[in-house]
Amino acid sequence: MHEVTERKGAFTTVSGQTIKAVYRPDDIAGLDYERDLGDPGQYPFVRGVYPSMYRGRLWTMRQFSGFGAAEDTNARFKYLLEHGETGLSTAFDFPTLLGYDSDHPRAAGEVGKLGVAIDTLDDMERLFAGIRLDRVSTSMTINAPAAILWAMYLVVAEKQGVTWDQVSGTIQNDILKEYIAQKTFVFPPRPSMRLIVDTFEFGARHVPRWNTISISGYHIREAGATAAQELAFTLADGMAYVQAGRERSLDVDEFAPRLSFFFNAHNDLFEEVAKYRAARRIWARHMRERFGARNPRSWLMRFHTQTAGCSLTAQQPECNIIRTAVQALAAVLGGTQSLHTNSMDEALALPSEKAVRIALRTQQILAEESGVANTIDPLAGSYFVEALTDQMEEQAEEYFRKIEDLGGMIRAIELGFPQREIADSAYRYQKALESGEQVVVGVNRYVLDEKVGIPILRVDPEVERRQVGRLQRVRAERDQGAVRQCLGRLEDGARGSGNLMYPILECVRAYCTLGEIMDTLRRVFGTYREPAMY
Amino acid sequence: MRRPVRVLIAKPGLDSHDRGAKVVARALRDAGMEVIYTGLHQTPEQIAESAVQEDVDVVGLSILSGAHNTLVPRVVELLRGKGREDVLVLVGGIIPEEDVPFLQEQGVAAVFGPGTPTEGIARFVAERLRGQECR
Repeated sequence: MHEVTERKGAFTTVSGQTIKAVYRPDDIAGLDYERDLGDPGQYPFVRGVYPSMYRGRLWTMRQFSGFGAAEDTNARFKYLLEHGETGLSTAFDFPTLLGYDSDHPRAAGEVGKLGVAIDTLDDMERLFAGIRLDRVSTSMTINAPAAILWAMYLVVAEKQGVTWDQVSGTIQNDILKEYIAQKTFVFPPRPSMRLIVDTFEFGARHVPRWNTISISGYHIREAGATAAQELAFTLADGMAYVQAGRERSLDVDEFAPRLSFFFNAHNDLFEEVAKYRAARRIWARHMRERFGARNPRSWLMRFHTQTAGCSLTAQQPECNIIRTAVQALAAVLGGTQSLHTNSMDEALALPSEKAVRIALRTQQILAEESGVANTIDPLAGSYFVEALTDQMEEQAEEYFRKIEDLGGMIRAIELGFPQREIADSAYRYQKALESGEQVVVGVNRYVLDEKVGIPILRVDPEVERRQVGRLQRVRAERDQGAVRQCLGRLEDGARGSGNLMYPILECVRAYCTLGEIMDTLRRVFGTYREPAMY
Repeated sequence: MRRPVRVLIAKPGLDSHDRGAKVVARALRDAGMEVIYTGLHQTPEQIAESAVQEDVDVVGLSILSGAHNTLVPRVVELLRGKGREDVLVLVGGIIPEEDVPFLQEQGVAAVFGPGTPTEGIARFVAERLRGQECR
């Protein structure tokens, strides 16, 4: 016998989960193939939601893009489509995310900076000029004002002669994770939930191929959550939406097939793969057993993945290409339906054209050269991966029990429970980084003293002035009587209980601004202020 | 009478990414400072007002939105207007290298980019405020 020496005292995942030296058959002794895994496309969908997965169709390559005015982003969309992107994904600027017009005093300095500025239908028309909305699917990262931006998109489709049953895509529309992590909330939780259920109902009736929500763990992870916390809080949010739909008396099978998910892909390859596999199993079980869904399409969890922005470093940014490749591999091995790979310069600024092209090429190399898309769920049956998948599921169930004890997810959020758990994890991670226990190449090991040598995208400061000018022109030229009437009907609707998608569509058609529509709703619903804790 | 260094950590503008702000707030508190965190979506006016009311020695501004060249000089100017040119103003977040000299000319003491250890920030504050603990 050789004496066993190990180079570290403890081996853990990036989330701090202990990893054993070797996994053996007894680590997965309780595993029953039919019950716990199932073939791809079969309940509980651990091995993938479709029978043929990437052999039938590759994942959608969807790079999150948006900056400047609508024309700037339209040009980036076309550039990416020319280079082989297969779906669009839109980033909006902060004033848009928070429902302020570009000329609002609070928007100063922020217009077009971290996303595209959208004030009225006119901007949305220019954003998709020359892009047929029946040929491409579009994801829009928008939450508090999701119903309004979606209404704008649907009207743009109409104007192109595309019917609503031909458009496909996703609105993020996930307000619960906003209170937990991303923090672009506007209204308090309960009216926010009402607006979201309005989109579920409207989508089920009129836009059958649209994902009316993307229940998002991405931002929860970016805020510092562990993989298990990301998994648990995301699925708990999902269950809260299903519950809200049922409280509206919607049939679960009417809206559940259009619920979609969005996860992060961090550096720890196996932990991430286990997370996606566990997520599918948990969702399928809860939908079937707890919520009584009968349609198999209601059981399967489809998800988009984005590689971890928070893992990228400003130091030696070229190394980010490699991090992103590993993370993208995790997403693909985990069976994602759609993927965004971050660009190497994102710890410095918004991506430049070249950086985003390399990020897209990373996906294309995985898809077309690496062979990982040739067989489905290749890691199934691995002692390690199956044990880790089980462990992830147990940790998530533990969190579900805690949340239940607190009175459900909305209550848990109001009490600051997930926020505090995440802040604790973020702090623990930072300490591990500073002690050197967690290695980040270029930051706390293999450090170089060099000037960053990659070009950075800068948003033209003129964008704000031009955008404000255009907004004011649209405001001046529209039918003011129609605007007042539509906003009045929206306010009445908000005070009542009808589905708000219909009056919102009217407002959008009359070129009401995003700010006007949001202000109308703010008057009725009020705004949310979070307790500042750290 | 000795008193601990007082720090205001603030998130100016509409940017909502608060992980860094919270981690730094906690690290400075653990380093023995008194830390007040404003929460999100603060206007420069609100930040300057809080800084004066709380009588802080340091204002730490966390920005990832790209709006730093608009918001940071405004905070500094408002602090000066209130007679608090002595407050140490620090900036953290995604700040392009080429904007750093501009922010320094505006009166910012230091800009801490991604990857900065929190201990480094605490040390910087302690060194710059040496002797001021006794104010």
